[in-house]
Amino acid sequence: MLNYTIRRLILAVPTLLFIALTIFLLLELAPGDPVAHMPLTIPPEVRELMRKALGLGEPVHIRFWKWLVQFFWVEPQVFIDWLTTKSAIAGILPDTQFYVSCAGGDLATCDARILSWQFRSPVMDIVLQRLPQTLWVVGTAYLVAIVIAIPVGVYSAYRQYSWFDNAGTFITMVGFSVPPFFSGVLVIVIFSVQLGWFPSIYDTTHRVTDWDSFVFQLRQMVMPVMVLALQITSQISRFMRASMLDNLNQDYVRTARAKGMTEPTVVLVHVLRNSMIPVVTVIALGIPSIFGGAIITEQVFKVNGIGEMLIKAIEANDIPTVQTLTFIFAVLIVVFNLIADLLYGILDPRIRYD
Amino acid sequence: MPAGAQPILDVKGLRTVFATRQGEVHAVNSVSFDLYPGELLGVVGESGSGKSVTMMSLIGLLPSPPAEVREGQVLFEGIDLLKADAETLRRIRGARIGFVFQDPMTSLNPVFTVGFQLMEPLRKHMGMTKAQARARARELLELVGIPDAGRRLDDYPHQFSGGMRQRVMIAIALACDPKVLIADEPTTALDVTIQAQILELIKELRQKLGMAIIWITHDLGVVAEIADRVIVMYGGQIVEQAPVEALFEDPRHPYTRAHLQTVPHVRGPRAPRLRVIEGQPPILGAPPTACPFRFRCRHRFERCDRENPTRREVAPGHDAACFWSPEEERTAPVAAAGGAHA
Ligand SMILES: Nc1ncnc2c1ncn2[C@@H]1O[C@H](COP(=O)(O)OP(=O)(O)OP(=O)(O)O)[C@@H](O)[C@H]1O
Ligand SMILES: [Mg+2]
Repeated sequence: MLNYTIRRLILAVPTLLFIALTIFLLLELAPGDPVAHMPLTIPPEVRELMRKALGLGEPVHIRFWKWLVQFFWVEPQVFIDWLTTKSAIAGILPDTQFYVSCAGGDLATCDARILSWQFRSPVMDIVLQRLPQTLWVVGTAYLVAIVIAIPVGVYSAYRQYSWFDNAGTFITMVGFSVPPFFSGVLVIVIFSVQLGWFPSIYDTTHRVTDWDSFVFQLRQMVMPVMVLALQITSQISRFMRASMLDNLNQDYVRTARAKGMTEPTVVLVHVLRNSMIPVVTVIALGIPSIFGGAIITEQVFKVNGIGEMLIKAIEANDIPTVQTLTFIFAVLIVVFNLIADLLYGILDPRIRYD
Repeated sequence: MPAGAQPILDVKGLRTVFATRQGEVHAVNSVSFDLYPGELLGVVGESGSGKSVTMMSLIGLLPSPPAEVREGQVLFEGIDLLKADAETLRRIRGARIGFVFQDPMTSLNPVFTVGFQLMEPLRKHMGMTKAQARARARELLELVGIPDAGRRLDDYPHQFSGGMRQRVMIAIALACDPKVLIADEPTTALDVTIQAQILELIKELRQKLGMAIIWITHDLGVVAEIADRVIVMYGGQIVEQAPVEALFEDPRHPYTRAHLQTVPHVRGPRAPRLRVIEGQPPILGAPPTACPFRFRCRHRFERCDRENPTRREVAPGHDAACFWSPEEERTAPVAAAGGAHA
């Protein structure tokens, strides 16, 4: 297993480099000028200087190389420094000072970070600021969806074609086919405009300090979580149901009954353990989408998470941000693919990686 | 059978129907038989004759829907299993009645170790602790002849060969010292050497443990070797029932007679040509109102189309469901001379 993991990680390097290059070249080919939105009164020579300052003066391969260095060398240093000095987890470790800021002046030895063109601040800092919003909303929705979908899928399969299963089929079909920009607006109209139960706009400056502020946080999360969870629950519960149905007809189920096992044991131990194998991998493969943020849902509820950040960066032609975010998603997808494969190997004894 | 002994299992008028898209399938029709303690009852019949469905109906192992056990009575230790509630039935399954299924490759759960699957009934029915169950599981694996049993408890089914898996299945069925073991073609999927080993094993265990066994098979050779008594099934009914010697020496039902001729003999005079029984076994959309074997029968006459023969005794302990009898043929030389024997 360890060998397999290492081999897969090594293989991931060329994959990621290729993805990085593709993203870089695609954005390079895209039309647009990062200084186009500056006031027209700026003279062309100054404009040119500004472009240079953004790093646009150099040839493509140099810029690609610089970006790689920044992403894989400089940003990890910043991250490690942050971990050892400020974070709760690794704060006890001796403080490190890998990153040398360019504010000191010596441009030859300092480390340049990936800067957002629109905010003039490091992209990673903005990502870290935006991440909590996305995790609160999309992460909660994902968890809620899993907690609901698995029992629903199991019971629907066990009582196939019962009224419960039929109702479940109908609701999941709705969940599948209604896009979040519709269901989102619908719940806003019902729950905040008509009933006035929940705020329609997500307040990202809200800080949870005591019970009341926590309740407020929950209330403002309800609607976006509801919209996202409906969609994710639909997918996972259908998957769970199909997987259970596959297994309920297997011969080993009859064996378990012939041994005199109780129905809960038969279904929740024998069948569920087998049915979870594909479902767990599907859940693992879906996790990168949490970080990707639910772009549309974040727009509808004005949650300024990662998805919203990506949309704004695309609109503003903020190429370093778009590039970095897209690449982070790519890394997450590659990593969670590996995790899904490893989980498969752990859950299914017939699969051995060596 | 010892006269006056009480049967341990007494099945009367069992009827099982499947609801399918094409309508009902009457898979088991008025099946009655009994089983005495310590006896080995062979069940033979071609594919689709209802052997598996009959046995699974007894202890409620058929999925419902589509299956429905419509009529009948299955007395086991004074309880009617068909009327018993789910919990009573569950306590009997695996503890008092063991079941070995037809396909060893898929009958074990792939994601649990063999030890876990073997210890489950021990812990559930016998209330053993984990350590006790493990010790007993190890004994059971040794009993069915799996070498290095202690270590193999932690292996998964895919690490066992087909023959070994079937032994594990037998070990599971035997785990709680059942009074009755129902073995559904336990050796059909295996090669001849392993088959012989498992037969030896069953003979040995039967002597050691003294349980009654129902042994389903296609293989008359196996039946001749191990059974005390045989029932022959055709079209969802029992067409003949006899002690094993009587069945081979004096088969009464035309289907049994034809069936015996389809078996090649290694010793003795060589048959000119191996016989096949022409035609297809029936699939019954309704309870039969005529003999189900009539279309393939060499002795069919008008009454066979009107009436479904019931089983009648032809010799002590030997009955057959047929209007025709070999004696009639012997005493009616005219019919025989013009018939198939010419
Ligand atoms: N789930 C089902 N739905 C409909 N019909 C069924 C079902 N299961 C079994 N049958 C029917 O019941 C009849 C008896 O099947 P059964 O499995 O008992 O045969 P068998 O004698 O055990 O044959 P084999 O020797 O091949 O195992 C068959 O005609 C089959 O078509
Ligand atoms: Mg069968």
